[in-house]
Amino acid sequence: MTQHDVTFTVNGVPRTASVPSRRLLADALRHDLGLTGTHLGCEHGVCGSCTVLVDGRPMRSCLLFAVSVDGAEITTVEGCRAPDGGLGPVQQAFVDCHGLQCGFCTPGFVTTITAYLRENPEPTEEEAREAIGGNLCRCTGYQNIVKSVLRAAELQKES
Amino acid sequence: MVTRAFGVPMTRREDPRLVSGNGRYLDDLGEGALAVAFVRSPHAHARILDVDVTEALEVEGLVAIYTYEDLADDPNPRVSEPLPLLIPHPALHAPRVNTPLADGIARHVGEAVVMVVATDRYVAEDACERIVVEYEVLPAVVGIPAAVEASHRVHADVDDNVSAHLVQEVGDAPAAIAAAPHTLSLDLDIERSASMPMEGKGVYARWDAADRSLTVYTSTQASTSVRFALAAKLDLPVDRVEVIAPDVGGGFGVKIVHPWPEEVLIPWAAIKLGREVKWVEDRREHFISSTHERGQLQKVTVGFDDEGHVLGLDVEFWHDNGAYTPYGIIVPIVTSTQLLGPYKPGAYRVEFRSMYTNTVTVTPYRGAGRPQGVFAMERTMDAIADTLGLDRALVRERNFIQPEDMPYDHHLTFQDGRPLIYDSGDYPTSLEKIKALVGWDEFEAIREAARAEGRRVGIGLACYVEGTGPGPYEGAFVRVETTGKVVVATGLTTQGQGHETVFAQIAAEELGVPVDDVSVTTGDTRRFKYAVGTFASRAAVMSGNAVALTARKVRAKALRIAGEALEADPKDLEIVDGVVRVKGVPGDGIPLRTVAVLSNPLRYAFDEEAKRATQFAGTSDMSKPPIDEDDEPGLEATDYYSPIRSTFASGMHAAVVETDPETAEIKILRYCVVHDCGTLINPRIVEGQIHGGVAQGVGGALYERIVYDENGQPLNASYMDFLIPYASEVPTVETDHLETPSPLNPLGVKGAGEAGVIPSAALFASAISDAEGFFVNRMPISPSELWALREQHAVASEGSK
Repeated sequence: MTQHDVTFTVNGVPRTASVPSRRLLADALRHDLGLTGTHLGCEHGVCGSCTVLVDGRPMRSCLLFAVSVDGAEITTVEGCRAPDGGLGPVQQAFVDCHGLQCGFCTPGFVTTITAYLRENPEPTEEEAREAIGGNLCRCTGYQNIVKSVLRAAELQKES
Repeated sequence: MVTRAFGVPMTRREDPRLVSGNGRYLDDLGEGALAVAFVRSPHAHARILDVDVTEALEVEGLVAIYTYEDLADDPNPRVSEPLPLLIPHPALHAPRVNTPLADGIARHVGEAVVMVVATDRYVAEDACERIVVEYEVLPAVVGIPAAVEASHRVHADVDDNVSAHLVQEVGDAPAAIAAAPHTLSLDLDIERSASMPMEGKGVYARWDAADRSLTVYTSTQASTSVRFALAAKLDLPVDRVEVIAPDVGGGFGVKIVHPWPEEVLIPWAAIKLGREVKWVEDRREHFISSTHERGQLQKVTVGFDDEGHVLGLDVEFWHDNGAYTPYGIIVPIVTSTQLLGPYKPGAYRVEFRSMYTNTVTVTPYRGAGRPQGVFAMERTMDAIADTLGLDRALVRERNFIQPEDMPYDHHLTFQDGRPLIYDSGDYPTSLEKIKALVGWDEFEAIREAARAEGRRVGIGLACYVEGTGPGPYEGAFVRVETTGKVVVATGLTTQGQGHETVFAQIAAEELGVPVDDVSVTTGDTRRFKYAVGTFASRAAVMSGNAVALTARKVRAKALRIAGEALEADPKDLEIVDGVVRVKGVPGDGIPLRTVAVLSNPLRYAFDEEAKRATQFAGTSDMSKPPIDEDDEPGLEATDYYSPIRSTFASGMHAAVVETDPETAEIKILRYCVVHDCGTLINPRIVEGQIHGGVAQGVGGALYERIVYDENGQPLNASYMDFLIPYASEVPTVETDHLETPSPLNPLGVKGAGEAGVIPSAALFASAISDAEGFFVNRMPISPSELWALREQHAVASEGSK
């Protein structure tokens, strides 16, 4: 199968991978680049666990081919850390609010919320619930994830 | 000041790595391993006539293709035998368990027929597509009515499709019902659902040919038991097999089943090929080849007096166990016993038949038969109240077991094979709390106000008792390192419940060390060999108490050694923040790290601290050997907790719903929970468990169902069509707690894992019935089904005019 060289910036670092055209972005990130924080829950674009930011916009990496994002800037959960290497505000908020249990869906929430708070840094509770409305979580019942969104907004404001 | 750890709602220590993408789930391991994909039966029931692999052989990157014949040709006959019947029971007279690959006949869509190993998953799936399997399609048995009718058979040698038939009786229920002033009969129906963890199953195996040892990582709820099963299946000495549950992305019951076909096949292939091999289940595979639950038809007959006291209860139900019975009949046993909830049933008779169908096998999903049982009992309570024109809460209250009746013996046998005896609980107080929380007595005013606005609202109530923490046992290992850090290991596994945190809290509290000094390992047979598994809300009860008991042993040893060093009576010593000292005398203590050094008499010093324990250090008592006869080196211990029987948690949920008069849309306005799981180790985590359970309950009541057509084809085997609730569907849960400690265990704890999901189907049926004014006897319910029910009832009431 023909290999294609793909070059993108992942979490601020220029990376290249040689992949067949059918390689999903999720698989390229996980298996070619070793960034296993991006998880696959359904592989048909419903659960949102694999959400990464492509040029700042949340997208399902299970529905994208790696070759289709050649040249893009990609942020995964690993890239949602604070500049000093500590937990980023969304990550810290999930810890503070018990916003996760098994943690499998969490990376998709972290990336989604990170992008959302850039657009709307001070959401209401209702808006926070709406913001996570496209991601599935089987453990938490979402209540503490809604709290985490609000807490992340607070933490961002403080910093 | 003593820092408390137990009972504190502290944040979880597992979270920093999980929120930053540093978790290690199954598919994060074994990069470069060979990948496996399966050809699975597209038919619900079919004879396999031929497997033609010719086309597949040309696929570049293909490594191996295996069918059942390859298993049968293995010199070890156990590989091709049926997988274990995990929980045999005398009433399970016709158990049938599948072989790892189908042996001539496939009995549900999704049963594995051919295994393909290749360089990566894409290639393995390419090869699968080119394999041609010729089938002779056989008639499929789908649904309980068809199974009971038995025009066709799932297993050729089981004529009536009945795998098990069990009756339990206390008193003479038919006679009590016949003599009662009032009687009622209800036909009830609960559909199939499934655990659906966000991470499916997965197995990764490494065979070390030189060492003749096997290391298997699997996304399981029972790693120690997988180890024993694999050693037996693959004919290896147990000590050459290690099984590790890495971070597991949710279980909810489905991952307690073991060994899965893939758990045998992946290690088998790894040994055969001398290569690392990995299989990761995709979502469609999870729908069609893991397991499901719920699925019962029930017939309840009840006799009661004018005040609503139940005098006799007779329940007959049919349980759909799917194609095989690897997990025995635990689910219907739980239904038949937990149905009784917080009530005294008078005379009780329960009879069930467990039925084979050509559908995915049924094994426990969070709640494990309890939601069905609670549905039967709570619908009955509502029906009694309706018949007598009494308040639904009052009828329940009149039938409650009272706190002074505890321990209360139902004279039945529970799912652990032990007597069904409730250890403690205070149901009247729970009812008071839930009524206050939801505003039960004030609801009529709300209903009237809504009615005036043209809105339709209803309130529901459902109560349950949950047997948690069944044995046989769990164990723990605790060691204080010479750094003063404490390591804890227990064999049961974790799927997101926060065990690393709560077990650390328990160990820290018992040992008197800062909680941050404690690290916990679960589900790794290299660290702890004997365990049962994580199911039935048992981890906190079983491993929690095992950790406590073990930590107490370590504490006693630390006090003894420190007593010798400090020339003090151990009884006068305490441990505060990791320092052993005379009670109430800060300063002159000896740190636990030093006690750990002294606990291990040394010839060779490995660091500065260790010098204190060497033979010329002058710390040894010359009148005794360095290690006493009944002593062991190291500040460590192993101990086990094995309860006499299960402990019984309980709770009550209330909900307010609004049903749209036009569209029949069902909206949840309030959801309230009163929960009693005994002493709380970490209230934050318990609360989280309740939230998650409620979300699954909402899903099970209003959205989720597994749909098969009459040919046994699953119609909604994807997240597009199987409707797991998003944030927009799940209400904010209002909670209140009650703590009636269990007298059965040292910590007084009861399980909390499953509670949230148990009463939901009953609760929403109650609330929707209340809003609509007619009785809902089938769950889940969709707006279109509610709309159809309205039409039926409108026609019926027209007819009666």
